[in-house]
Amino acid sequence: MAIAYNFIASSIVGSGGTATVTFSSIAGTYTDLLVKISARTDRASTNDYFSMKFNSNSANYSDRSLYGNGSAATSETGNSTTAAFMFAVPGASNTASAFGNADIYIPNYASANYKSVSSDAVIENNATAAIAGLNANLWSNTAAITSVSFTAIGSFIQYSSFYLYGVLKY
Amino acid sequence: MTLTKIIVDCTTGLSTEVELTEEEMSQREADIAAASAQKVIDDAASAKAANDKAALLAKLGLTADEAKLLLS
Repeated sequence: MAIAYNFIASSIVGSGGTATVTFSSIAGTYTDLLVKISARTDRASTNDYFSMKFNSNSANYSDRSLYGNGSAATSETGNSTTAAFMFAVPGASNTASAFGNADIYIPNYASANYKSVSSDAVIENNATAAIAGLNANLWSNTAAITSVSFTAIGSFIQYSSFYLYGVLKY
Repeated sequence: MTLTKIIVDCTTGLSTEVELTEEEMSQREADIAAASAQKVIDDAASAKAANDKAALLAKLGLTADEAKLLLS
């Protein structure tokens, strides 16, 4: 099966920062979606946590995550149902100018089944310790995904970048 | 502080930035509370664990590599 990655849209945050980035009116013409993120927030902490919502819906999300910080590894089951937890990005107290990275894969986003999501992320600390993690998320909703939103506890700062790709398998 | 959201229309490619509505602000607060309650990756806890480890190694007079060797 051939596979093609098609650029759909991108957003690079401007000087004022922003609380949320949303990709709207996503066509259902692809097989899967891929989001690539480079981000940092202004939260007054080393770490921040960002989450994802589909179709502006705030219900029926769950997750399982596995992460390590360079000295220990932990796993946990998410009990928040208001958004899909997507792991961590650097906050304002992290190493200056270090941006975290995340890849988020959403298979069969336009199907009439529940939507699963897999992702990996790292807080790129440019120092000895840096948290890296894997996430498996489930949105228990059968609606086709037409919009995807990202929000953190702090605001995404300038140069945070979000790229959306449509994955076509044929 | 006024919070904004960026909306990228994937059909047109156009990007707009608008202020969050009161309803969105309320939802955002709820999401933050939920995320904070859920996630226990705590900066202070991580720092304490590292400090405790370093203190124990110092007390034992071992390097981290020597401790690993003992446990292997």
